[in-house]
Amino acid sequence: MMTWTDLKSRLGEAGYVASNELAMAIHIALQLERPILLEGDAGVGKTQVAKTLAEIESTELIRLQCYEGLDAAAAIYEWNYQRQLLSIRAAADSGASAEAMEARIFSREFLLERPLLRAIQQDRPPVLLIDEIDRADEEFEAFLLEVLSDFQITIPELGTIAATSRPIVVLTANGTRDLSDALRRRCIYSHVPYPDRATELAILEKRGPDLSPHLAAQIVGFVQAIRKEDLDKKPGVAETLDWAAALAGLGLKDLTDDPVALQASLVALLKTEADQAAIPAEVAQRLAGVAG
Amino acid sequence: MPKVTRFPVRASTSERMGEFTQHLRKNGFHVGVQETEMGLRSLGHIDLADPFEVRMALKAICCTDLHGHDRFDDLFNAFWLNQSVMRTRHQDTDVRKPDPSSFSNLSSFMQQQDTGRTGETDTPDNDNDGEADSDGEGKLVSTKVVNNNRTDLREFLRPEDRDLAERAAQRIAAAIRYRRSRRRKAARKGESIDLRRVIRRSIGTGGEPMQLLRRRRPNRPVHLVSILDVSGSMTLYARAFLAFIRGLIDIDQRADAFVFHTNLMCVSDALRDNDTLRAVNRLSIMAQGFGGGTRIGTCLKQFNSQYANRIIGRRSVVIIMSDGYDTGNSDLVGAELQRLRRKGCKIIWLNPLLGWRDYEPVAASMAAALPYLDCFAPCNTLESLAALEFELERL
Repeated sequence: MMTWTDLKSRLGEAGYVASNELAMAIHIALQLERPILLEGDAGVGKTQVAKTLAEIESTELIRLQCYEGLDAAAAIYEWNYQRQLLSIRAAADSGASAEAMEARIFSREFLLERPLLRAIQQDRPPVLLIDEIDRADEEFEAFLLEVLSDFQITIPELGTIAATSRPIVVLTANGTRDLSDALRRRCIYSHVPYPDRATELAILEKRGPDLSPHLAAQIVGFVQAIRKEDLDKKPGVAETLDWAAALAGLGLKDLTDDPVALQASLVALLKTEADQAAIPAEVAQRLAGVAG
Repeated sequence: MPKVTRFPVRASTSERMGEFTQHLRKNGFHVGVQETEMGLRSLGHIDLADPFEVRMALKAICCTDLHGHDRFDDLFNAFWLNQSVMRTRHQDTDVRKPDPSSFSNLSSFMQQQDTGRTGETDTPDNDNDGEADSDGEGKLVSTKVVNNNRTDLREFLRPEDRDLAERAAQRIAAAIRYRRSRRRKAARKGESIDLRRVIRRSIGTGGEPMQLLRRRRPNRPVHLVSILDVSGSMTLYARAFLAFIRGLIDIDQRADAFVFHTNLMCVSDALRDNDTLRAVNRLSIMAQGFGGGTRIGTCLKQFNSQYANRIIGRRSVVIIMSDGYDTGNSDLVGAELQRLRRKGCKIIWLNPLLGWRDYEPVAASMAAALPYLDCFAPCNTLESLAALEFELERL
């Protein structure tokens, strides 16, 4: 039987450095076959969890990106109307009965599978990533509850389609709005914080460019410090990696070496005008000086 | 399931787990049989001898949000590791005696409403903006009229007036509650064709889509957020506005309310409390500092950084009720309103002074705020509140 520490090290091998709490939450979710809800700020690596899970389980990743107004037609299934129309015309000429025609055009052949339906129709349990669920509206949450509790989908014309395999469901949210209690309670919950210094260093080592230990420590120290500043959008792990790549590309050996290059490279870290104004060169230098 | 030795002999694992979920429930967690059962099942998949492992596993199961996530460890330790005394329900409200000074704060509202004078409490602390003349002797447009509807809100005293304010709030909320959805629904008339129904219908006509059925975007509720200034200069209005906010909150479970003076506080839960006495207690604990100075900019900043990311979206309408007299930095007000606006919400500013004759929004903060407002309206009489209904419908 796989233990949570096994899972953690397997995630680590695949390039994802998970905290103990996160590894445990994923472990419990896998063992109890529950969806897992990951909440946290943008850029802390929530989506990456699903990708890495798919990788270590060597299974397909099916992704559903949520947005306001997402409806069943885009998330679950849709009939292929054009084909249906053509088919009706063709059948009308051959004089088929209305019942036969109806049965024909509302068959699986004419059904377009969307991510949710596709996820429960696989031979091998896929990883279903429902990304940014808090962007979708309440109606969609209601659809989702049915799918997540019974893993079956009811199509009025066709009947109920039961799951051939239970997907591993990962939901992510970053607090655009509060999720309903019903949905939260169906899931195993884990809050993904910004990584601490050691974790971020490990992530940088695993996924970042080749850096000297000194510069890597400086980069992580700088990012950790800048997150404490008053910013609109705090840089996430993805930004740290981008920035490290930028610095490696610029050939910097030490953050304090070249103030101009450092300031220019901050575009990889600070993503709004206000934030860039909030960290002028002096502040950047001070942070870089302390970061070592 | 492995045999557990850590638990006392008198209770089985499942009984103890049941007690634990009960303990969590008393502390405000939404957990039930389902979580107990999942918790028990999860124990089979971890090392039971390690309390930290058990804690992490149960944490993943029992927590549903960040708030619970932060508190879980303490509650777990209290129950299983006996490191501290178990908490009981409503400790905050039942055990702690309300501060007498905060009571005097609330009662001072009523007294000040009795005085019927306008001057002293309104003195702006920001004296470089030259509006002193509109201050002390500002006459009310409508105080002479007997009709309740036209009485300045400062004269609100009686419960039935409070009901009126609540009702006005409900009408206004109804006016701004709905905004067009992006989702489409089947309808008799609409901008797009509902292919699914058209195809169905066309079977009967041999595949000829004779009848075009439509879909359209229905209206969906907006999210109301009210922010009330309870500083010294607003004292006379604050009580009526609290009733108004309560009205807004009552009709919509998701509405949020905040009050601020030099600090910002979320009062949604306190206002929703069905137990009136307890609601008053909670409010008065929070109300320490009611009637003090104002720092609008700082409070908006606090709102933006603490709450806005979570609760403000494109579907939000933020109602700020303040007279704009500010002891803080007025530039900050503009900057923070701009930041708030970028989140896509509508901002309505209700200013009681706007109903006064010859009032000009010259207070520095008010002037800084104006460019970012979708609606700037008076609210010193019930009638003006009711007039908002039409104003807001247009937004």
